[in-house]
Amino acid sequence: MTTEAAESVEAAGGVAPAADPGFLQRYGASIEYILIPGAALVGALAVFGGFIALYGKNPLDLYFYMYYGAFGTWFSWQNTLTRAAPLILTALCTALPAQLGMVIIGGEGALLIGALSATSAALALQGAAPIVVQIAMVIAGMIGGGLWITLSGGLRQYRGVNETISSLLLVYIALAILNHLVEGPMRDPASLNKPSTREIGAANMIGSIPGTDVHWGLVFGLVAAVAAYILIYHTTFGFAARVAGGNIRAAKIVGLGVGKLILTVCFLAGSSAGLAGMIEVAAVQGRTNANLAAGYGFTGILVAFLARQNPLAIIPVAILLGGISASGGLLQRRLGLPDASVLVLQGIIFVFVLASDALYGRIGFLKGKS
Amino acid sequence: MADASLGLWTVPLAVFGGAIRVSTPFLFVSLGECITERSGRINLGLEGTLVMGAMSAYGISYLSGSPWLGVLAAGITGALFGALHAGVCSLPRVNDIAVGIALMLLGTGLAFFLGKPLIEPTAARLPAIDFGWWSDVPQVRAALRINVLFLIGVAIAPLLYWAFRTTRWGLLIRTAGESADAARAMGHSVLLIRLRATMVGGFLAGIGGSFLSLFYPGSWNEGLSSGQGITAVALVIFARWDPMLCLWASLAFGGAAALGPALQSVGVTSGYHLFNAAPYILTLAIMIITCSPKRTLTGAPAELSITR
Repeated sequence: MTTEAAESVEAAGGVAPAADPGFLQRYGASIEYILIPGAALVGALAVFGGFIALYGKNPLDLYFYMYYGAFGTWFSWQNTLTRAAPLILTALCTALPAQLGMVIIGGEGALLIGALSATSAALALQGAAPIVVQIAMVIAGMIGGGLWITLSGGLRQYRGVNETISSLLLVYIALAILNHLVEGPMRDPASLNKPSTREIGAANMIGSIPGTDVHWGLVFGLVAAVAAYILIYHTTFGFAARVAGGNIRAAKIVGLGVGKLILTVCFLAGSSAGLAGMIEVAAVQGRTNANLAAGYGFTGILVAFLARQNPLAIIPVAILLGGISASGGLLQRRLGLPDASVLVLQGIIFVFVLASDALYGRIGFLKGKS
Repeated sequence: MADASLGLWTVPLAVFGGAIRVSTPFLFVSLGECITERSGRINLGLEGTLVMGAMSAYGISYLSGSPWLGVLAAGITGALFGALHAGVCSLPRVNDIAVGIALMLLGTGLAFFLGKPLIEPTAARLPAIDFGWWSDVPQVRAALRINVLFLIGVAIAPLLYWAFRTTRWGLLIRTAGESADAARAMGHSVLLIRLRATMVGGFLAGIGGSFLSLFYPGSWNEGLSSGQGITAVALVIFARWDPMLCLWASLAFGGAAALGPALQSVGVTSGYHLFNAAPYILTLAIMIITCSPKRTLTGAPAELSITR
């Protein structure tokens, strides 16, 4: 190690560290993890700009308004961060099972069930102290969402049902349950045009971080992401999960309880998305209705893939994609673009990010061989 | 008068009619996916292809006045999406399931974007053949107004069954799906076979989408498809990659999906949303019954990542 470092310093002649082969050998892989998704993002933005140019708008205007609507002012920053909060949590719903080699794309369903459970808890506890109601909402939301994804995990483990398809089917089932409940048994008779449940009450809302309009959900998201990172990379449990994700037979041979791992990880994943649903109810909507199916669960999948399933990387990526969706309103007003333009850009980014997987380990100058 | 005499028979009749009407998109998507999966790749993006197909069919039919031109446009759009899927998947270390998810998002986003101006206007719709001329009961006549696309789909299923078994083309696809090495040893490009299979699959899925916007429900809006594409992909799995079973499964699904509207027509409205979720619940239930953790599914192409 020391000789290698000494050699490399000698070879590089003490110039900038990027030209130092030892540096590249050590950090080349890490640089790739930033450089390649970054390049994919730039490529996707370029293609989207071309698409918008075909639509008859100036791509430079597009980039300006996207930047301005996402990060240009304090107001847009707050909008961005508010949207990033549920994205961090729904992204964890895909990223945690990914450690086990599972592709779960049902975060939207867990979010809806979490929101329903949290709302039910709040309505059942009317009159209790706000802090009690809020804690009950967090617990109910996490358990509801957790069980929803555990269903997918259990079906995979005990019945061999593909978890990608089952989790997506569960999204549609969750949406049907939500629509059924808000238009039937849980409907507030006063909600005429938009069927909704009764409100959880202003006192039970979780409110904003002091000095901002960003609600406390962002802190929930940050804590969850850091906790997930520690769980995966610094605990025996996370190590076991990654072993099972790498080679399931090896994991069974060394005696890991793979079934238990799958169920636990799926529960944690679902409870994270369920928490996102609870936050949307307790910080934004104040009640449950069809507005909750805003696609945070689906964008979360993209966030997880763009962050390469790393819980810490999810935080900046969620802010970036939160920014893109925050700029959607401005694109609509100033450029007259349809509201679906954000979806198009997300789709293009997704394709580019996946295609860029082919580049890892192939960029000559990052291999550290001089 | 006829209405009163039918009584409760309205429901099974509406389910029957619905099975034929609603099953067509399921049928086309599942047959298309069947071809793609037999070649060893899974395309989850057919949900997006379906919506893109619906939008482009409606747009072209509106602009040209010819619904059949719309169907063709939907097929071509689907084939292009298939080519995109196959193209990205042919890069090293790219996961086909993930690409499918990406194309699902891209397809729906693009369709909503480009389809924005199409929500208002009315496009020329596909004609139906009246097989119920012999009856004077309006419900029977309604149930037997059958679209030509359904008949084409029904014809494709046995054709595909035959083609997989006996033609050179079918054998090549199955070889690529069972053992990429064997196909390579025979001097064929696996990537090329899969590209073609995915494009044909996308073509069929696009046509399935055109049925949605041009016949039933017969208009373009953003809520047109809610998971029919992904349900059809699941349907291929428990149809055991057999085109004929895809046909029967699609009919069963169409019936399940028609249950909600049928019950609503006789005044049962309370569990409307739950009945509408019937196809998804049915899919899950059948997958739970037919899958097993201990063995791979019989008939599964060995190269398919979803069954490994």
